[in-house]
Amino acid sequence: MVIERRWKKWVFFYIPLTLFIIGTLFPFYWMFITSIRPDAELYRSWRAVNNAPFWTLHPTLDHFQDLMAKTTFPTWLWNTFFIAVASTLISLFCGLLAGYALARLRFPLAGTLGTSIFVTYLVPPTLLFIPLADIIRNFQLGNTPWALILTYPTFLVPFCTWLLMGYFKTIPRELEECARIDGASRFGAMVRIIFPIAVPGILSAGIFAFTLSWNEFIYALVFLSSPERKTVPVGVVSELIRGDIYFWGQLMAGALLGSVPVALVYSFFVEYYVTGLTGSVKG
Amino acid sequence: MAQVLMKDLNKKYDEVHAVKDVNLHIRDKEFIVLVGPSGCGKSTTLRMVAGLEEITSGEISIGDRIVNDLPPKDRDIAMVFQNYALYPHMTVYDNMAFGLKMRKFPKPEIQKRVQDAAEILGIQELLKRKPRQLSGGQRQRVAVGRAIVRHPQVFLFDEPLSNLDAKLRVQMRVELKRLHDRLETTAIYVTHDQVEAMTLGDRVVVMRDGWIQQVGEPLELYSKPANKFVAGFIGSPAMNFADVTIADANGVVWAETPGLKVRVPPACLERLRPYKGQHITLGIRPEDLHLAGGADPSEYTFDSTVEVVEPLGSEILLDIKTGPNMMVARVDPTVRVKVHESIRLALNPERLHFFDMKTEAAI
Repeated sequence: MVIERRWKKWVFFYIPLTLFIIGTLFPFYWMFITSIRPDAELYRSWRAVNNAPFWTLHPTLDHFQDLMAKTTFPTWLWNTFFIAVASTLISLFCGLLAGYALARLRFPLAGTLGTSIFVTYLVPPTLLFIPLADIIRNFQLGNTPWALILTYPTFLVPFCTWLLMGYFKTIPRELEECARIDGASRFGAMVRIIFPIAVPGILSAGIFAFTLSWNEFIYALVFLSSPERKTVPVGVVSELIRGDIYFWGQLMAGALLGSVPVALVYSFFVEYYVTGLTGSVKG
Repeated sequence: MAQVLMKDLNKKYDEVHAVKDVNLHIRDKEFIVLVGPSGCGKSTTLRMVAGLEEITSGEISIGDRIVNDLPPKDRDIAMVFQNYALYPHMTVYDNMAFGLKMRKFPKPEIQKRVQDAAEILGIQELLKRKPRQLSGGQRQRVAVGRAIVRHPQVFLFDEPLSNLDAKLRVQMRVELKRLHDRLETTAIYVTHDQVEAMTLGDRVVVMRDGWIQQVGEPLELYSKPANKFVAGFIGSPAMNFADVTIADANGVVWAETPGLKVRVPPACLERLRPYKGQHITLGIRPEDLHLAGGADPSEYTFDSTVEVVEPLGSEILLDIKTGPNMMVARVDPTVRVKVHESIRLALNPERLHFFDMKTEAAI
């Protein structure tokens, strides 16, 4: 019995899990190994003698240095960070208020409004950027960070609203009713009771919004043109692929540095993030 | 301390008329209980007093103020909820102090009041804990404590004991009663449990389908129910009902149904006169039935068959069948009867209830 169970555990658990982990992490490993591989190794033939595609014996930081010195990568990093933080804050603010209203207040067409907010989230950005480009041009925001800070909320606000609305609905209504009897206004009860309880939900909405705007590509590609205004995803691709030459080392170094902040944010808040998606209060 | 007055109170949701023309005068320092089956409008009424539901029409005043348009925080009330509604991110102390902090009480005063309340409820040890570290009974105490630190004009209780286990519920019931005697604050208490209603209330309001059925002191409801619903709702086991015909034979009036023929007591004759020859409902409480002895006059006895015997220790409940009617009799624990045995029961003629078949009102 015991032996059979152990056998099953390997087949149905350990082996699939290992395959899954390899499949998930290998691209990151590949990104890392490419970024520290000297050019000589990168561009030699696959069939060359001593070719070792999965590791390198001569790790180098050249690509990182080139990235910092020869491109405006630090500026891209700062642009991306600024834009992501600003649009996340705007979206969280709107999402909190809208989510609360949709979850708690009774007003005409509340249901319809909730659904239509969700529908706007479903419009693909690849279509939406055309009318948005026109608007950006009319407001003369083209090639400024505000072009992105104001357009990212078009998909972030619906997203935050829906996530937070769901979270608010899991918080017992009595909590804020009690607070209102205890002497708080509706707004006061929301700020003092509901928001502190909803911190996991708010954090996961924030993390998601931050990641989405950090990785966003289409709008950033369309609305920004000068190299020093670009964000990391667009900058890396447009400045490090020149003609048909791929600067693999620098590309991967840029991708690696670009994904570090996101990974950090996730690892710090992972616990909140999980409870934020799975529900809230006990007692 | 204040009286609460409800005038022609109505609550309509889109399609549901939840509360209908409720008129109620709750006196200062009174403990009043709203009781009824679920969906009878008792909670909605309470929530209108609290200000958590808008009033469709009518008027509520607390003390001398009409509070219809006041937000909950300005009504000077405190409420205890069924699920306790403790703020999970605050300690017990902060939970209890929240209402005072919101009202900008000075810190020493807050501290004193919280300590006093904690002492009354025996929860001094728990003040630094978070709600999730408390048992159900402790949470209940904290919820009550949070209400009493405020010294409000009116306490509102929305089924506060329903989430507790049976033993704890009985214990907390006694404590609530003691607390009310000590604080002398007007209290409105909503429950679906008639035992809670009877034991706690100075007066009890029985509601059904949004209407008030009867308002009265517990024993008054029990002995003089206004209608068949109240008669059946108050008391456990419930009152026995039988549809009988009122017949006049040689100047003696009888209430008859197959298997049961009871002489109408002279005291009731006048009231039953208009019903001669008609069907009405006869009500007998289980404890008003006993095994017939030699002293019981034959016009108040009848034969029946025992179907189930429920020995409860302090008493025995007999489920009996007489003609087509099933009844319950509450008899002395010394009585020895067996299932399927035929027994002769006597009823207490002074404690018979009669109800109109159509209106269900007491006759």
